[in-house]
Amino acid sequence: MAARLLFGGFLCLVLLAPQVASEFHVTLLNYIGLYAIVALGLVLLTGVGGLTSFGQAAFVGLGAYTTGYLSTAENLPPWLAVFGGSPWMGLLAGLLLTAAVAFVLGLLTLRLSGHYLPLGTIAWGISLYFLFGNLEFLGGHTGMSGIPALSLFGVELRDGRIYYYAIWAVLLGAVWLTRNLLDSREGRAIRALKGGVVMAEAMGVDTARSKVVIFLVAALFASISGWLYAHLQRFVNPTPFGLAIGIEYLFMAVVGGAAHVWGALIGAGLITILKQWLQDWLPKLLGASGNFEVIFFGVMMIFVLQRARDGLWPILTRLMPLRQVQRAVPQGAALPKKPVPAAGQVLLEARNVVKRFGGLVANNNMNLTVKAGEVMALIGPNGAGKSTMFNCISGVDSATEGEVLFCGQAVTGLNSRQIARLGMSRTFQHVRLLPTMTVLENVAIGGHLRGSKGVLPAMLHLERAEELRLLAEAARQVERVGLKDSMFELAGSLALGQQRTLEIARALCADPCLLLLDEPAAGLRYMEKQALADLLRKLRGEGMGILLVEHDMDFVMGLADRVVVMEFGEKIAEGLPEEVQRDPAVLEAYLGGVD
Amino acid sequence: MKLGKIAVALAAACAAFAAYADITVGVTLSATGPAASLGIPEKNTIALLPTTMGGQKVNYIVLDDASDTTTAVKNVRKLISENRVDVIIGSTITPNSLAMIDIVAEAETPTISMAASARIVDPANPKTKWVFKTPQNDQQMATAIAAHMAGQGVKTVAFIGFNDAYGEGWYQEFIKYADTYKLKIVANERYSRADTSVTGQVLKIMAAKPDAVLVAGSGTPAALPQVTLKERGYAGKYYQTHGIANNDFLRVGGKNVEGTYLPAGPMLVAAQLPDSNPIKKSSLAYIAKYEAAHGKGSISTFGGHAWDAGALLQNAVPAALKKAQPGTKEFRAALRDALEATKEMVGVHGVFNMSPSDHLGFDQRARVMVRIDKGAWKLDK
Amino acid sequence: MDLQIALLLGQDGITNGAIYALLSLALVLVFAVTRVIFIPQGEFVAFGALTLASFQAGKTPGTLWLLIGAGVVVALIDLTLAVRSGMARKIPRIVGWNLIYPAAAAAAVFLLKPSEFPLLLQIVLALALVVPLGPMIYRLAFQPVAEASVLVLLIVSVAVHLALVGLGLLFFGAEGSRTPAFSEVSFDLGLVRVTGQTLWVMGASLLQIVVLALFFERTIYGKALRATAMNRTGARLMGISTVMAGKLSFLLAALIGAFSGILIAPITTVYYDTGFLIGLKGFVGAIVGGLASYPIAAAGAVLVGLLEAFSSFWASAFKEVIVFTLIIPVLVWRSLTTRHVEEDE
Repeated sequence: MAARLLFGGFLCLVLLAPQVASEFHVTLLNYIGLYAIVALGLVLLTGVGGLTSFGQAAFVGLGAYTTGYLSTAENLPPWLAVFGGSPWMGLLAGLLLTAAVAFVLGLLTLRLSGHYLPLGTIAWGISLYFLFGNLEFLGGHTGMSGIPALSLFGVELRDGRIYYYAIWAVLLGAVWLTRNLLDSREGRAIRALKGGVVMAEAMGVDTARSKVVIFLVAALFASISGWLYAHLQRFVNPTPFGLAIGIEYLFMAVVGGAAHVWGALIGAGLITILKQWLQDWLPKLLGASGNFEVIFFGVMMIFVLQRARDGLWPILTRLMPLRQVQRAVPQGAALPKKPVPAAGQVLLEARNVVKRFGGLVANNNMNLTVKAGEVMALIGPNGAGKSTMFNCISGVDSATEGEVLFCGQAVTGLNSRQIARLGMSRTFQHVRLLPTMTVLENVAIGGHLRGSKGVLPAMLHLERAEELRLLAEAARQVERVGLKDSMFELAGSLALGQQRTLEIARALCADPCLLLLDEPAAGLRYMEKQALADLLRKLRGEGMGILLVEHDMDFVMGLADRVVVMEFGEKIAEGLPEEVQRDPAVLEAYLGGVD
Repeated sequence: MKLGKIAVALAAACAAFAAYADITVGVTLSATGPAASLGIPEKNTIALLPTTMGGQKVNYIVLDDASDTTTAVKNVRKLISENRVDVIIGSTITPNSLAMIDIVAEAETPTISMAASARIVDPANPKTKWVFKTPQNDQQMATAIAAHMAGQGVKTVAFIGFNDAYGEGWYQEFIKYADTYKLKIVANERYSRADTSVTGQVLKIMAAKPDAVLVAGSGTPAALPQVTLKERGYAGKYYQTHGIANNDFLRVGGKNVEGTYLPAGPMLVAAQLPDSNPIKKSSLAYIAKYEAAHGKGSISTFGGHAWDAGALLQNAVPAALKKAQPGTKEFRAALRDALEATKEMVGVHGVFNMSPSDHLGFDQRARVMVRIDKGAWKLDK
Repeated sequence: MDLQIALLLGQDGITNGAIYALLSLALVLVFAVTRVIFIPQGEFVAFGALTLASFQAGKTPGTLWLLIGAGVVVALIDLTLAVRSGMARKIPRIVGWNLIYPAAAAAAVFLLKPSEFPLLLQIVLALALVVPLGPMIYRLAFQPVAEASVLVLLIVSVAVHLALVGLGLLFFGAEGSRTPAFSEVSFDLGLVRVTGQTLWVMGASLLQIVVLALFFERTIYGKALRATAMNRTGARLMGISTVMAGKLSFLLAALIGAFSGILIAPITTVYYDTGFLIGLKGFVGAIVGGLASYPIAAAGAVLVGLLEAFSSFWASAFKEVIVFTLIIPVLVWRSLTTRHVEEDE
């Protein structure tokens, strides 16, 4: 409620501001709005998606130059003539052009991993800047003047106070779209990009596509900002689209709080106002002889970041009476399920799997099968190659030699996303979850492949029916594994054992027929282990096949139907739990020989 | 009756306020960023401008636009709406000045630009009506160079300029006059202010074997191509633009820039002007004032453009004050008219004769050819 | 283009590339040890060159005031901390490095006449003023956020860059400077004239690379830095202080930066803001080397130098467009051939 009130108050302020603020303050608010639109794209791209871009200013330039050229050029080539004459057609053309350029650049640079990406963005940021400056039809370095003012229903938006509403309507619209997007199935996939790519791929998320999506959205926001800029300024030249400004946009996002939608606005506002404030006051304090503004600005920013490394928004929310409201458990119709394979049917068959890392043989000639309705345990000492085997089966890694069949289909060489689609789901030995998302949201990522609505419906919130069913399904799985009480807590705040349990719920949310569990009982207390064993038995009873890597012998022996023992990458024994326990080779491996 | 008294008191207060209203001059210039070497002497000069004009106190509000158009426009909006300035001086560079035109015209505030391009005031239209400028147009300087080259028997010229608005503006002006004087441009190269090497461009220029090279850059960065050419043994004639006219250029260029020709405002060689030239006196006065404040040899011709802007104002303000009080729309209009009516006003860069179609008002007296000789500027006769 | 031009361009590209290579080494070092992408590296280039130029012009360089100012601030902070935590034995060291050393430097500048020094002494004095700024900046700007994400460190780095550029303009003005060459020798080698200064640049760069390699292989501090670069937590457990490693890497970066500036000042004009683009090109080299491999970083930097030289010959107006567009395929190739663990931030 408090949040609603606050937001309502904020909206009133936004609406009233141009009526009460002085003309220059409205001008400042206009620039803040323009910057915030770009910074918002960066929140999505960098803060949420983890992709650092220095090149957003170039997209602002694309938007500004497109409309500038189209609305001032006298003799447009015939194929462009449709776009001429009206700023609105300029907007359309700018968005199309930006989307095309961003798509190509994205295809090229988003493949770049790690630090290659920021450098890639610097590279095309600089390239585009000098291109703007050296193309004569764009006015060269000197610039292009005479760009007309926007007009809406015959009213010219010449007055800053009126233009303000255009800018802030776009900004608030963009905030709305971004928040919607982040609060959706696609949004969860995007939020998994930062630190959760392997996990998301294993849950069937096409992370490469998600990257392109946020890159495009961020570029289009920048382009719209550029369009608004061109018609506000009515003059365009290359300097506002250079690398320095590109860095400044990133600055705004980080200072405001790069992981938060409102951080963009806070950052843009703070930096614009701070600069203004320094320009007004420093000459009065220090005399007008030097140029101290940029020095003070730099020093103050260092100070701000040292005090608030996650940006200012998280600090502000702590000050405001906004408490995480306990939300109601989502209720919705069940999602369709895959047909359950008949008990005893072979689900997974690994034949002579070999995995080498350089000269090291991690898996040698491994064979194993898992049938529907059984629990198969893979055990062995540390470093025996169990997790490597898991990765080869689930497509996180691919086997050097040999073959893996899943439901009768060869899956060797398929990536984890494609394998997930076939009905295999897994957990990880080292827990891979998104600590800043709630338990429910984490689990809902598992259901990614069970929804189908794309980015646009998500941004417009047209997919609420499907979303509700997905969340309801996730809630059911959370309850099923016994985490109901923590459903709305942040996943990072759970104890390690609970985090492992969460991973199981997430895997179950995918409606798998084969479940791969990598040390699910590690870190659980006795009672929790009992509950986990009961759950796995129940799943087995429902016809699910379960492949389990585990160290806890009591847990394994009481649960598994069959056991495979590995040592030094090879299978040394296979059979019923009792048989394996008596096998001399196994005792040798575990106890270093029996005297 | 009480009400009447209040009204009278108010009216008196207003009148008193109006009578003592100061003239407010807003300044936006590029004191940081790539154009800082131009903007800093301008900023220094603003501090030396007269503090009273026509008996009225003058307040200056100086803002830095960091060589960026967005900031320049923001500054202008602030000066107009917040500080209610009567006139604006600025900005230092062409793109910023062009971006300001729309706003000052809408607010009907006269503006004196310190940037070079003729595009800022030409063609005369309802918008440029409000804009004046003090630096010589690039074309005026470009014709001087082209004519001088032709006089020296130069047939082929190589051009190397900044990869920004300055280099671009110069190239466009220069090619116009190159034709007139039958000069063939055999190479057209660009480099950036901060480049550490121009070897590639220089090799290309030398391969074209021009009779002369024209370097279009401002301040010390203009020395690099010439030094590199010298080191590579280019023996033709060197021309620079008036952008280099400060002593730092001589310091950095050293013996490598000996014999270079450039067109410049007469203040660069003020002491060598004949006593009959009225510009000599005004220039020497300005130089003395500037160097008293900032040290000997610190003078730069760019500061002169700011000085001239101040001189234009001082000349126009008394006429405008007769028509209206500062702080009013009428005063700004009157000031604009007075500026446009400037006649035979002697500045440090030339003599101004404005008209509705000429918002610069310079003639041939505004430029001289200068040669660098023994590390000093020499008037070339 | 004939052979001679190609050779000249090659020479030019390699000379510039050598400087980029030096900077790229410093960037790789700083990143590996502290995870900071050290954008202000370029400012050290400018500070080094312009401090030397100030001496030669008989002026007091502003960097002296910066050294004194930064020293006082560091001393105040560290002394407060030392007193509060009762670590009195740290006090002499803090006072020595942050107060007495700058005071001694100031004395040297004011009492002796640096403008009459031989070139070598001037260089030493310039380095003595500029290099200690490295660790001081680490102490003030980065040490308090040492554990933050790479993105936050990067933004702090940008803020430091802005402040230093502003100070550079304040200290040295907008106009540039050149310094006299280390040697006036020049001779013809086949088709190409070689000048003494280019040989100096290449030789000194090579020498520094060798010295750095020896430093990392042979000395205890070098080994400590390598250990920190490989595994921060592990190194700390082994008693290598992360703070020490951070300061040491910044000291080396500042030394390399300032010395690069002094090397190029005779062949080009250096301005207060020259450093950024040079640093950026060093950064390109460093990234091509994956921010991990010194030889590949150096090779990448030389590649950038060559690309620049040839594109400025072919189409000078589009030089940056060409250089930075051609970098993208190289990046794609490097990105595909190096294996990355995506999961860390």
